[in-house]
Amino acid sequence: MKIDINKTRSQFPILQQQVNKRPLVYFDNAATTQNPTEVTQAIVDYYNNYNSNIHRGTHHLSNIATEAYENTRNNIRDFINAKHSHEIIFTRGTTESINLVASSFSKAFLKEGDNIIISHLEHHSNIVPWQLACENHHAQLRVIPINEDGSLQMEELEKLIDDRTKIIAITHVSNALGVVNPIKEIIELAHKNNIPVLVDGAQAVSHIKLDVQNLDADFYCFSGHKMYAPMGIGVLYGKEKWLNQMPPYQGGGEMIKDVSFEKTTYNELPYKFEAGTPNVGDTIALKTAIKYIQELDIESIRLYEDELLHYATKRIKEIDGITIYGTTKQKTAVISFLIDGVHPYDVGVLLDKMGIAVRTGHHCTQPIMDFYKIPGTVRASFAVYNTKEEIDSFIEALKKVKEMLM
Amino acid sequence: MNIFEAEKKIVEEFEMFDDWMDKYNYIIELGKSLPEIDDKYKTDQYLISGCQSRVWLFAEYKDGKVFYSADSDAIITKGIANLLIRVLTEQTPSDIIESKLEYLDKVGIKEHLSPTRSNGLLSMIKQMKMYAYAFQLKNK
Repeated sequence: MKIDINKTRSQFPILQQQVNKRPLVYFDNAATTQNPTEVTQAIVDYYNNYNSNIHRGTHHLSNIATEAYENTRNNIRDFINAKHSHEIIFTRGTTESINLVASSFSKAFLKEGDNIIISHLEHHSNIVPWQLACENHHAQLRVIPINEDGSLQMEELEKLIDDRTKIIAITHVSNALGVVNPIKEIIELAHKNNIPVLVDGAQAVSHIKLDVQNLDADFYCFSGHKMYAPMGIGVLYGKEKWLNQMPPYQGGGEMIKDVSFEKTTYNELPYKFEAGTPNVGDTIALKTAIKYIQELDIESIRLYEDELLHYATKRIKEIDGITIYGTTKQKTAVISFLIDGVHPYDVGVLLDKMGIAVRTGHHCTQPIMDFYKIPGTVRASFAVYNTKEEIDSFIEALKKVKEMLM
Repeated sequence: MNIFEAEKKIVEEFEMFDDWMDKYNYIIELGKSLPEIDDKYKTDQYLISGCQSRVWLFAEYKDGKVFYSADSDAIITKGIANLLIRVLTEQTPSDIIESKLEYLDKVGIKEHLSPTRSNGLLSMIKQMKMYAYAFQLKNK
């Protein structure tokens, strides 16, 4: 199915504005995607018509809200092809999902002298929680090195694994470079050694068709706000067998079965990991965003974004003195680059003056920037509502920026 | 030139520009014309935190006045540093501390004043005033 770009764009009112007297070109989608009207409408509908605290309610509104909330869990199960709905835990986002596993999994399984493997490509959110876990349990953090093109040195991974490796935490797609990692291969290798794998899927979920059973991922994390849904809602998928063995992350309402001052027993999955009143409105909006992606068809989205990526890569190479970081064959629609000799901040400020929104800096991946010995990059990242005409405007603007700064 | 006069001069300069490009070309020029800072001051000790680009700021105290020098790896940041230095350098600590720096708003670079982690204008001002406080205390 081909993307009808005019129809798609009309569903995102935010894109129809002028910034600094120019039509907004929004190329900061790897940081956050925009919400189509039906998603914002779902939030309005919830607050106007059935806002209510869920579960244990005996009244009408609570029942409708509970049903909508739990239906979202089922939709997510279908969307990522999980085996059970109770393997879907709602969180605030990918960061919280990873922190949950880093904390609870480590309490159950990580002992002094053990090790955890991550990669050089990780977002700080998939580094720091594991560093904390390693500090708490006197374990070691090991890092898979990368090649110049941004790919993982897979042969090194085998050398890093030993019988004290307790978990591998790896990003599906690098947020800074757009590089897609061979997740399936990594999981196979890990499972051969009886090691579970957590996948940070924040940058993959709106671009790549997911099947967690086929991948055989043990944990898979993603955020709503990178898939056309609001901020503040995210998902942790975890295999039942792992989640059942892990202690709760936070204590509070919802997550208990019985509480007395002597002893508290915990609720079953998924509620064991959902302490406190959840973010019902945004969860329901996430369901609408998933429906939106499914209707467009994620494979069509991928093909369309691929076309944008190739077009943008080709056009940016027309400009002399530009270095692209992350040049593997398998990439999502992200171009991370620098104008040689120019600080990314300068480029970002001037592009903004021409209505173009990109992200500049280290993208919460300082180790990658250290690897390339650069202060940061300019990152243009595309979504399904972007166009080749916008890329043309971006290239023209970039030429002007270069002229001004050189 | 006192602070007020220096501010007024900059506002007048910026009034000549009617579009953003001329304005930013000028800021870039200001960045390029900021006197080089000695490499010995480009250390973590003089680094201002809170900026996406790195900014080094150094101050000296001579004859009752503060003399600033700064550098940055981003040229726009350097231009903005120059705008601050032109107003605050060679002024007395108490004048620096009391300065309101309203010209920054008038020249239309207000967006650089927002306290995001991507820019360091606020941190730069804070650090410049900190130097002035330090010199004032030391010489009381």
